[in-house]
Amino acid sequence: MFDNFVVPNLQPAAPEIFLVVMASAILLIDLFIKDSRRTVTFALSVLTLLGCAVIQFLTWTPDITYTFSNMFVDDQMADVLKLFLYLAVVMVLFYSRAYVVDRSEMNKGEYYVLTLFATLGMMVMISANNFVTVYIGIELLSLSLYAMVAMNRASLAASEAAMKYFVLGALASGLLLYGMSMIYGATGSLEITAIAEVLRNGGANGNLLIFGLIFLIAGMAFKLGVVPFHMWIPDVYHGAPTSVTLLIGSAPKLAAFAIVMRLLVSGLFPLAAEWQNMLIIMAVLSMAIGNLAAIAQTNIKRMLAYSAISHMGFMLLGIVSGVVGSVDPVTGDIIRDARFALNAYSSAMFYVVSYVLMSLGTFGMILLMSRSGFEADTLDDFKGLNQRSPWFAAIMMMLMFSMAGIPFFIGFFAKFTVLMAVIAAGYIWFAIVAVLFSLIGAFYYLRVVKLMYFDAPQDETPIAADADMRLLISANGIAVALFGLFPQVIMTLCAFSLLRSLTP
Amino acid sequence: MDFQTFVFYFLSAILVFAALRVITARNPVHAALHLILAFFTCGGIWALLQAEFLAIAIILVYVGAVMVLFLFVVMMLDINLDRIRQGFWNYLPLGAVLGLLMVMEMGLVLGNKALQIPASTVVTPPGVSNVKEIGKMMFTDFVYPFELASIVLLVGMIAAIALTWRGRKKSKYVNPNQQVFVKAKDRLRVLQMPVEKD
Repeated sequence: MFDNFVVPNLQPAAPEIFLVVMASAILLIDLFIKDSRRTVTFALSVLTLLGCAVIQFLTWTPDITYTFSNMFVDDQMADVLKLFLYLAVVMVLFYSRAYVVDRSEMNKGEYYVLTLFATLGMMVMISANNFVTVYIGIELLSLSLYAMVAMNRASLAASEAAMKYFVLGALASGLLLYGMSMIYGATGSLEITAIAEVLRNGGANGNLLIFGLIFLIAGMAFKLGVVPFHMWIPDVYHGAPTSVTLLIGSAPKLAAFAIVMRLLVSGLFPLAAEWQNMLIIMAVLSMAIGNLAAIAQTNIKRMLAYSAISHMGFMLLGIVSGVVGSVDPVTGDIIRDARFALNAYSSAMFYVVSYVLMSLGTFGMILLMSRSGFEADTLDDFKGLNQRSPWFAAIMMMLMFSMAGIPFFIGFFAKFTVLMAVIAAGYIWFAIVAVLFSLIGAFYYLRVVKLMYFDAPQDETPIAADADMRLLISANGIAVALFGLFPQVIMTLCAFSLLRSLTP
Repeated sequence: MDFQTFVFYFLSAILVFAALRVITARNPVHAALHLILAFFTCGGIWALLQAEFLAIAIILVYVGAVMVLFLFVVMMLDINLDRIRQGFWNYLPLGAVLGLLMVMEMGLVLGNKALQIPASTVVTPPGVSNVKEIGKMMFTDFVYPFELASIVLLVGMIAAIALTWRGRKKSKYVNPNQQVFVKAKDRLRVLQMPVEKD
C-alpha cells in the first residue's frame, strides 16, 4: 500500500521534535508544582530553548535539506533565524518573569507552555516549504498568542485586545488560505519550490495566479502588520499584558520575515514584477502612517506599536529592492535583474534581527519599571528616569537612539544597509521618502529621552528588579551599542546564511 | 443545461440564500438553523465535485457535532441579537454597496472569457476510493502537517482550560485543630458599657 513512501529523515527537525516533547512534559510536570513562583517550570522552559539551540548546532549541515516529503526545509537561513528565535524567546521569558509572578491571573504553567508552542509555530513557519505548513505554523503561533493576550481575565482592555486580535487574525487567515488555494489552482502544487519550478516553465494560469497573489499578500500583510492591514497592531500591543506584548512585538517578526522570503522569494519570484509594486505601496504607507501616528500617542506601548508598523515598512523596502527592473535597449522589454537580490535580502534580514534586539530591550524596560499593581506604560512614567536610575535611563536612551537610527547604534546600520540596497536598486525616491519619515520618527523617540533627562519624576519609587533581569537588560542595551560598532558580525552572518540558502 | 449543472445551480442558490439568512435572521435559533442548511448544501456541492470524504466530514462534524452544540448554547444563553446588532441595519447599505462592488470587480477579472479556467478532465477510474487515497496521503506525504494539526488542537485545549479554569472551589471545610484550640475570648467579646440613666 505504501510502496513508494520514504520514511522521513527526522534529523533536520530534531529541535522541533525536542520542543514538542519538552513542552508536553512541562505541561504535565507543572501540575505537580506547589511553588507559587513556578521556578521549575520557568527553568525547564529556558533549558528547553537552550537545548533546542544546542541541537540546532549539533545537527547543522552546510547544505539545504528537505524532509517530510519536501514539506520541511532546513537551510542556513532557517538555522540562523531559529538561533535568533531561541535567544529572543529566552530573553522574553527572563524579562517577563517578575511581571508574571506579580500577577496571579498570568502566573500559571500554561503561560510557559503556550510560549513554547508559539515558539514551535514560529519554527514551523521558518522551515516551511509547503503552503500547508506555512498556514499551520501561523495558526499555531496565532492561537497561542490569542490565548496569552486574553490570559489576564481581570483586565477589560486585554479581553478586548484578544477579541480584536482573534477576529482580525481569523479574517487574515481566511485571506491567506484563499490566496493559497488560488495559487494551488493555477500551478497545481502546494510545495513552494515546485510552484517556483512551474512558474519558471511558464505553465500557470496567469490571471488566477495574480488573483491569488493579491489575497496571499493581503493575508501576509495582516500578519506582518503593515498599512493598510495594520489596524490590530496598536490595540493589541496596548491592550495585551506587557509581557505578552513583548513576545508579540519581538520574535514573530523573525518568523514573518522568513515566510515573506519563502513565499515571495523562493516561491513566487517569477511574479516579482507584480508583488514588488504592492509591497512598495505598503512599505511607503507604513512608514508614513506609522511614524506620523506614533507622534500623537501618550501610551508608550501604543507608540511602540506604531513604531513597529513603520519598522516593518522599512524592512519591506529591503525586500522590494531585491529585484531591479530595467528596460532592455534593444527589445524594449522589461528585464528583471536579480544582481542585487542577495544584498537586499540580507539587509532586510539584518534589519529584522536588529529590530528584534531593540524591541526586546524597549519592552523589557517597560517591564523593568512595572511592579505589582502598576504598569509603567505611559510616557509620563518615564519622566525623570535619570534621577531614579541613571544606568537604566542610559540603557533606554541607547535603545531609543538605536530605534531612531542615530549613529553609531545597531539601528543606524540596519537603516543604512537597507537604504544602500534601495539606492543600489535605483529607487532614489524611496530612499529619500524613507529618510524623511525616519527623521519625523526620530521626534517621538527623542521625546522619550527628553522626558527621562529633563523632566521631574512623577514617582520616586526606586526601581526594584531581580539581578538576572538587571544583568540581561544591561547586556541587551550594551549589545545594541556594541553591534552598532561592529555591525559586520551580524551582517556577515545574515549575508552568509542567505547566500547558502537562496537557490538562484 | 445538463442535470449536473442544474443541481449545482440549485444547490448554490440555496447556499447563498441560507448564508444570507444567517446574518439577517432576527431570531438566533433561525440563524443557527440556516447555518446548518448552508453546511448541508455545501456538502452537496462537494459531493457533486466527487469529494465524498469532505461531503461526509462536513455533515458529520459541522452539522452533527458543532452545530448541535452551537444550537444548545444559543438556546440556553437566550441572546438578544437585536441588541448586539444595533448598528447592523445602519451599516447595511454602505456594506452592501461595498460588497457588491468587490463582487463585481472580482467577477470582471475572473469572468473574462479569454481567461477561463478549463474544466477538469481527470476522470477517477472505477474502484478507486477517495477516502482511502486521502487516508494514504495523510499518513505519508502530509504526516508533518497532520501531526502539527494535532498540536494546534492541543493548544486549543490548553488555551480553553487556561482561560476558563478558576481554580478549585473553596469548600466550607472546618479545621478541627483550630476548633479544639479555640479560646473563649476568640468567640466572645465582653464590652464595658456605661449604664444608661434616664
